[in-house]
Amino acid sequence: MKYLLAIYENEKQWESLPEAESKQILDECFAITDAIQKSGNFIAGEALQPTTAATSVRIRDGKRLTTDGPFAETREQLGGFYLVEAKDLDEAIAMAARLPSARWGTIEVRPILDFAQSAG
Amino acid sequence: MEDLPSILERTHRGDYGPIVARVIRLMGGDFAAAEEVVQEAFAAALQQWPRAGIPAEPRAWLMRTAHHKAVDRVRRDVRLAARVDTLETRARVEQSSAPALDEADWRDTPDDSLRLLFTCCHPALGQEAQVALALRTLCGLTTEEVARAFLVPTATMAQRLVRAQRKIRDARIPYVVPEVDALGERTQGVLHTLYLLFSEGYAATEGDELLRVDLCAEALRLGRLARSLLPQQAEVASLLALMLLHHSRRRARVSADGGLVLLDRQDRALWDREQMTEGLAQLDAALALGARGVFTHQAAIAALHARAARPEDTDWEQIAALYDRLCVLAPGPVVELNRAAAVAMARGPEQGLALVDDLEASGRLTEYYLLPAARADLLRRMGRGAEAAVAYRRALALVRTAPERRFLEERLREVLSSP
Repeated sequence: MKYLLAIYENEKQWESLPEAESKQILDECFAITDAIQKSGNFIAGEALQPTTAATSVRIRDGKRLTTDGPFAETREQLGGFYLVEAKDLDEAIAMAARLPSARWGTIEVRPILDFAQSAG
Repeated sequence: MEDLPSILERTHRGDYGPIVARVIRLMGGDFAAAEEVVQEAFAAALQQWPRAGIPAEPRAWLMRTAHHKAVDRVRRDVRLAARVDTLETRARVEQSSAPALDEADWRDTPDDSLRLLFTCCHPALGQEAQVALALRTLCGLTTEEVARAFLVPTATMAQRLVRAQRKIRDARIPYVVPEVDALGERTQGVLHTLYLLFSEGYAATEGDELLRVDLCAEALRLGRLARSLLPQQAEVASLLALMLLHHSRRRARVSADGGLVLLDRQDRALWDREQMTEGLAQLDAALALGARGVFTHQAAIAALHARAARPEDTDWEQIAALYDRLCVLAPGPVVELNRAAAVAMARGPEQGLALVDDLEASGRLTEYYLLPAARADLLRRMGRGAEAAVAYRRALALVRTAPERRFLEERLREVLSSP
């Protein structure tokens, strides 16, 4: 079963982090990505640019509205994600708990909807 | 001879949980499908037993029937089969259904009940959903009964249960006792659920009393299972001690006419000595393991009551000290009120009254009848009858259950008739 591990954290914190510390955290991330790839659970994973680089698109009354920034202002922002294969929720939670951002942000674990199975 | 409905009723109360726990495992963790299958088995019993006679082992018959229905359904239901890893489940189901299902095979599977308890208490489910699901599946309460326990409409509770079962299925919450590293996080939920189960049975002074005693017994049974599974977890031993000590007083708590009997008026000869001894031993074990949590303190208070041969032998000074620490560990107005009562017993009603008045001034328990009731009791003991009467009337305006109302009315008459 596939799960999305969505990493939410306060991106302002990254800006104020000393360089040595952010490098250490990035190294930790690379090591974990490596481990998830080696165990065969890795499907995809990316870090996102900050929300200042984001653009929101909506269609209202048939008209396209393009605006600056993310959909909503929140305390924590989506900063990256992993798409993993896990045998059950507990395995996915265990992976989420290893991500460094879990220590200051929030990892949302969401099962991927499988249209083939839910259509039956 | 016992009639059919009451045998079925008794079997349902006692065995629904173990049977459904086993069937959920057979069906790869599908709660909803397993529940339907078990209910079909009970429906089949209702239909067949009047004609064919009651089987010698009703529980074994029900388990066997549910088991066959589960196998049928897994074979038939393509959707389910796809969901539960078809081949593996079929192999397991077929292997375990042949040749004949041995009753001992399922009677001695505490693992299944624990698996069910831990799954119901998965932290991915909301806390209310956890307890509701445990009451529904482990204890076999109907959705109506669970709804009543939570004081919500039946439709709301049905929705909540369906949502929880769906999340277990869709997010694939595993049907297992978790690995050791996840146990810590899960144990709190399990203990909380067990305690609420127990309290649901224990605190009720109205409604179907038999049912409630069953809940206490079930919570105790599961508490013992959890204790054997987690022998090094101090708080598990504390909770078991607490439940045993409370439960040991069950016969003395209710008077012949169904009224509530407070601790200081209970006939201590009616206390269940065996259970009390077991409870005290569990508390000692918990303390030896280093337990210092909320349940430990509550159990220690219950133990001090248990150790007093007469009410006047109670070590109120120690009880007050334990409440002091409880107020730090689990702060809240109800704990503070209990502390005030203990302080009054240990150091005199004046000191207790000062604490009750502070609590009242804080405005946190304005709708809670026990606050004016406690105040009234202290004033009565200080000989301030007129003020006590005012407080009793205030308590009577808030009280909700009949036995407690009768108790307060009797006390009010006492203070009004004394000079």
